[in-house]
Amino acid sequence: MTHEHGFDHPDVIICPGGPLLLRGDHVVEDADGVAHATKRPVSAVCRCGKSADQPWCDGTHKVLAARDRP
Amino acid sequence: MLLPKARGELSEALFDALRSDTGEVGSLHPEPTDDDDAQIALWTMYELHYAGFEDVDDEMEWNPEVLRLRRSLERDFEAGLRARHPQTTLDEPFAEGLFGYIADHDGPSLAAFVQRKADREQVLELLRHRSIYHLKESDPVAWSVPRLPTAPKAALMELQYDEFGGGDPNRLHAHLFALGLEASGLRADPYAYIDDVPVEILELNNAMSLFGLHRRLRAASLGHLAAFEATSSLPSRRMAQGLARLELPQEMIAYYEEHVEADAVHEQLAVRTICGALVAEEPQLVDDVVFGAFTCLDLEDRYAARMLDEWDAA
Repeated sequence: MTHEHGFDHPDVIICPGGPLLLRGDHVVEDADGVAHATKRPVSAVCRCGKSADQPWCDGTHKVLAARDRP
Repeated sequence: MLLPKARGELSEALFDALRSDTGEVGSLHPEPTDDDDAQIALWTMYELHYAGFEDVDDEMEWNPEVLRLRRSLERDFEAGLRARHPQTTLDEPFAEGLFGYIADHDGPSLAAFVQRKADREQVLELLRHRSIYHLKESDPVAWSVPRLPTAPKAALMELQYDEFGGGDPNRLHAHLFALGLEASGLRADPYAYIDDVPVEILELNNAMSLFGLHRRLRAASLGHLAAFEATSSLPSRRMAQGLARLELPQEMIAYYEEHVEADAVHEQLAVRTICGALVAEEPQLVDDVVFGAFTCLDLEDRYAARMLDEWDAA
């Protein structure tokens, strides 16, 4: 959609029931205190806590029951 | 690369004409012998728009007779795809509706078979079949870029930039697959295995070219992308585990591991920022998005069913 001040283009997008999308270069510290640098134009950070690829999303939220999704 | 082997009367007549240097395909096209014949003819005519063939003059890409035949086969192909697609209405909001539609689609899983049961020969056969697409991964949807309005165009390029390695050829996904093929002792030149692939693989590839090359079908192209990405992360994990179980080379495993993480991002982009932005601007295109998504899932099902049946694992 065209807006008066341009298009929406947020740095962070929270996906309902899924990950948090992060645009650009960042360093994300996982739950164990280990730092991970992003390496793509957009990265997906796990929000359900069940990804086997922490801190990144691996799609596991999709096999969780609806009440267990973020 | 040379022209593939003909699979019937139509492809034989077409390939003879493509090899001739007169540029005259003539009006002798017979009816296709069967689906295999029609699909290899269509695949070959589409391929003129990608890398072409050493034994075909580049001028043939825009030969009117070739285009006329392509159009005729495309009409039949598209009508067949649409006839298989049950009309449906997505739940609101759009992104959750499309994710739900894809999740509710139930089909046989090649990845689950590879993860637990497949033997090495079966996996190598699968990789040979997949090479037809993975060696030009993401190329067909690139045709859609100039056909999109501003917001979905920028969003598609954000995804494509990652597919194409973020500017680094070493990370381009098609190149990662080529490295995996070579490490596995397979050929990595494009279409080395085209004569070995079943008709379902030709249909999978032809659907993407059909959607990509027609502006009219731009929404189906993006819907196909969304379904492809949204059914990739978890199956790619299973593929990687199956390949590791069979002790295939790390390069091939790395290709699938890359897709676990990349496609967890790409599915969100494809559904939300790409398809979502397109239908926000052009709501009448929702049905074509769903048609494209269904076609992706349906053709994958048909390929999986065939292979599981051949391997007697269904």
